[in-house]
Amino acid sequence: MSITVARSQPPTSSAPERPRIGFSNVSLQLGGKPILDNISLDVRPGEFLCIIGASGCGKTTALRLAAGLYQPSSGTVSFDGQPMRAPRRDIAIVFQDYGKALLPWRTAAGNVSLALEACGVPSAQRGARIDELLKKVGLPHHAGKYPAEMSGGMQQRLQIARCLAQQPKALLMDEPFGALDALTRQGLQDEVLSLVRASDATVVFVTHDLEEAIYLGDRVIGLLPHPGRIGIELKVDLPRPRDQLATREDPQFLRLRRELFDFIKASER
Amino acid sequence: MPERVKALLLPLAILLLLEIWARAVHLQSDSLAPPSAVARALAEALADGTLLVATRDTLISAFAGLLIGGAIGLVFGIALGIFHVFDRLMEVTIEAIRPIPSIALLPIALIALGFGYRMEIVIVAFACVWPMLILSRAAVAGIEPRLIEVARALRLSPPDRVRKIIIPAALPRIFLAFRLAAGIALIVAVTVEIAINPIGLGAGIMTAQQALRPDLMLAYLVWIGGVGYVLNAGLMAAQRHLFGRAALAGEPA
Repeated sequence: MSITVARSQPPTSSAPERPRIGFSNVSLQLGGKPILDNISLDVRPGEFLCIIGASGCGKTTALRLAAGLYQPSSGTVSFDGQPMRAPRRDIAIVFQDYGKALLPWRTAAGNVSLALEACGVPSAQRGARIDELLKKVGLPHHAGKYPAEMSGGMQQRLQIARCLAQQPKALLMDEPFGALDALTRQGLQDEVLSLVRASDATVVFVTHDLEEAIYLGDRVIGLLPHPGRIGIELKVDLPRPRDQLATREDPQFLRLRRELFDFIKASER
Repeated sequence: MPERVKALLLPLAILLLLEIWARAVHLQSDSLAPPSAVARALAEALADGTLLVATRDTLISAFAGLLIGGAIGLVFGIALGIFHVFDRLMEVTIEAIRPIPSIALLPIALIALGFGYRMEIVIVAFACVWPMLILSRAAVAGIEPRLIEVARALRLSPPDRVRKIIIPAALPRIFLAFRLAAGIALIVAVTVEIAINPIGLGAGIMTAQQALRPDLMLAYLVWIGGVGYVLNAGLMAAQRHLFGRAALAGEPA
């Protein structure tokens, strides 16, 4: 009976929703050392997933696997149901060390242009796209500046603009605000949220800041170290748009923060 | 400007002392001449054109050798920096050939190519390959790995990776290598001329020596120093002009 029901349904609608990024039983060893152990994880299209964990738990490595920069030792990483064999242009990655990820010999406009060039946008259309992207990240008057002439926050905005130029289906962010001061960080958190809402990209956001994870995410995953494995998974039901004051005072926010804090404490033991 | 004047004070004082000393002892020598005589010889050699012709010959050989050797060194250096397999494969060969002093090739080059530009260019080129190869390999290998990841994440094609990431990232250090190679090119060109090739500034010095003209010999020496100085200053100005603002951050820490 159940078999006939399953058969009568077309295969696409019988599956819940195909995950944008899927990890199934993913393990990774680097130099014989286990880094990640048996991670299974689905990220829905449009979801904002945050990954937290003590340093050295493999959060960044997991993100690199999702980007296709690493290949798993066993298990599969998939994107829209296709196994990932190499990086793809519809996945953009924002690195933590913006100073190293930008081309110092190109201006802000030139750095954004690199992604457009890679995506094969004809040069006649690039100028307008660059202006629009720089405006989106709040750098409309800095097109001619070199990265070395910009502050840390501006450089990270520029890197985000370059990533948005790829028109990514998935945006992978590796502790993007870790090196910025608290005020700049809060501003950028809100900007990322509104940019993501406008583009409905799927986001995987790695951070060591528990409050940042809850504030931004639809879901927070905590990794346990040595080797990295999933230790906790929390759904965040806080209303959107989020607000730096109201959201952070919400009882649910405080409860989740407590839970994650206890998790990190326990994982370090 | 006053700073530059200050820097000139000591050399001028030394020249003056030399002049006074030479006149006081009525200098008669096959190797030394008073500065005034050197200056006169320099002016004469400039006026009759011999010095300029010799300079042209030396610079043609030095530049041609620099461009040929530099290009070979650059291409191999970049290839070795990118492809580690290639690097392993070539390591022993390179380390075996590199220590050969370029001047030691002179007898072979002379038999194969005879006197003249070609032989000199080949030897200069051989000398210029190595600094370019070793330093551009190091420059490429030392590129920020994050930039290579950016190139991978954007799926840049291999030619685009070289053109848009690797060369510009390595360029400040490659230019440094080029400056070094330019100095070597001049040294080797003059050496070949002194040793055997009857053209250029080196041959000019030898002729002056054999004619027992220490004043002319020293005039050539001063002139060669000046040519080297101008060459380096020109390249440094080019470096500042080319890399200006962006170079400040482009120089690897």
